[in-house]
Amino acid sequence: MKIVVCVKQVPDTETKVVIGGDGLSIEPTDVKYVMNPYDEYAVEEALKLKEAAGEGEVIVLTLGSEDAQPVMRTAMAMGADSGILLKAENAALADGLAVAKALASEIKTLDADLILTGKIAIDGYGHQVASMLGELLDMPVLPTAKTLEIVDGVATIHRDIEGGKETVQANTPCVITAEKGLNDPRYPALKGIMQAKRKPLEIKDVVLDAGGIEILEMSYPARKPEGRIVGEGPEAAAELVKLLRDEAQVI
Amino acid sequence: MSNILVFAEQRDGQLKSYALEAISEGRCLADGAGGTLSVCVIGAGITDLGATIGSYGADKILMADDAGLAVYSPGGYAKLLSDALSSSSAEVVLLSSSAMGRELGAILAAKADASLLSDVVETTWDGDHLVVKRPIYAGKAFLRVAAKKAPVLVTLRPNVFAAEEKSGAGSVENMAVALGDADAQVTVAETVMKASTRPELTEASIIVSGGRGMGGPDNFNIVEELADTLGAAVGASRATVDAGWRPHADQVGQTGKTVSPNLYIACGISGAIQHLAGMNSSKCIVAINTDPEAPIFKVANYGIVADLFDVVPALNAAAKELLA
Repeated sequence: MKIVVCVKQVPDTETKVVIGGDGLSIEPTDVKYVMNPYDEYAVEEALKLKEAAGEGEVIVLTLGSEDAQPVMRTAMAMGADSGILLKAENAALADGLAVAKALASEIKTLDADLILTGKIAIDGYGHQVASMLGELLDMPVLPTAKTLEIVDGVATIHRDIEGGKETVQANTPCVITAEKGLNDPRYPALKGIMQAKRKPLEIKDVVLDAGGIEILEMSYPARKPEGRIVGEGPEAAAELVKLLRDEAQVI
Repeated sequence: MSNILVFAEQRDGQLKSYALEAISEGRCLADGAGGTLSVCVIGAGITDLGATIGSYGADKILMADDAGLAVYSPGGYAKLLSDALSSSSAEVVLLSSSAMGRELGAILAAKADASLLSDVVETTWDGDHLVVKRPIYAGKAFLRVAAKKAPVLVTLRPNVFAAEEKSGAGSVENMAVALGDADAQVTVAETVMKASTRPELTEASIIVSGGRGMGGPDNFNIVEELADTLGAAVGASRATVDAGWRPHADQVGQTGKTVSPNLYIACGISGAIQHLAGMNSSKCIVAINTDPEAPIFKVANYGIVADLFDVVPALNAAAKELLA
């Protein structure tokens, strides 16, 4: 079984966003970059599938700058066999379809049985690349998997939907996105980290399709007017409820 | 002149509240550009919905009503929406930022070679170009983005745009439905709906959330009781989800759900940066915490510095009395 896992390098969730001098991107100084948390579940799941099958290959695929390599090495230290970095400038907030096209054209050459990735990248929050990949590769997409089982070429996932749960199936090859809870990603062991340094990581230059969008400006959330402490005990509850009804008019 | 197409999401014959919001926003955009507003609705036994959609300002209602469409299938629905895009010659397509809307938007974008702008909170026309505002890093910052190529697809964040009834009725056009096996690559084997009567987190106009200060999973009953009094959804911080107290579906924050209700009540939540990112666009925020220095108070409109185990039941009693 050949599994391609798409991973993205993103700023850690603790990052305080500072807008850079160009007004269009974030200031990278002091930002700690990590593997997109949902992609970690995807890597772990790929490794579990390979281990359960007793054979197979896990390829990490990243679109990003040259600086994204540490994240790919992390995936390899966890156990992925090799990596392909599609090197592009300004990939972080690029048009989703342009990203999907670049990934799809590489995946087409790999003859994979399964494409795994996180359900969303926590930087751009575009929530679209995986579904686009499915369409471009003509593969079914099983989104937000909380469990995954593959038997005789049929993938079955459980996922949460608004107000309930669903069991969904598709034939492989397919694209599956990982939701929190799918597994507990392993920490790379020292041996894995040493081995990862020698694993093949191919770097290919790609030029992203311009897409149909132009980023005009990046801004901070609107500042809220100073709040007010209503009280310091349960007796403030009645006053608060009145404020919510009469002043804020939200109940 | 730009024509607008809206995908109006329905489940079980009921239009979602955010579908009405999308139709209203579509009406505004169509008026701004002197174009026609078409609304596509897909399902089984949904003829009644035409009148409602018309009353929110649709000029034309593209209705795909077929027994085979009772259960959502991404391939089948996307194909029909693609047909609707062709027949409406729309330059802007609006969907909702829900699980279904996001998925259909992405598939349609790939089919139509169009860009998709997600989770949009503001739209304007700049001449012929649509310009939108959308959050990135889960709301730690926003982008203003111009669409330079038509068509462009947009998913709107629920609860942000106003739904407004108009006088008038659109003309209904029934779409031809011919689904092949290739359109159902993904099969839903089973759906189990929760018995809960609480609203969905991302759609709720009020959310009551609990954090580490709740002390344990059993204590969430006071949060749930307050939520039920207010008709609210229950949310949770990452700490409580990681501790196994609450399901991940309830998590608000950068690795959970991004929400913008009218009222967000944070109980025992200190306000980690990734949590604030997910909820600071709420219209009114209430914080209940024993620590006056907790970051949550910096984004709160109203705060009570006290033990939540005293305040939350008192709040529930006061709310019950007021709403009775």
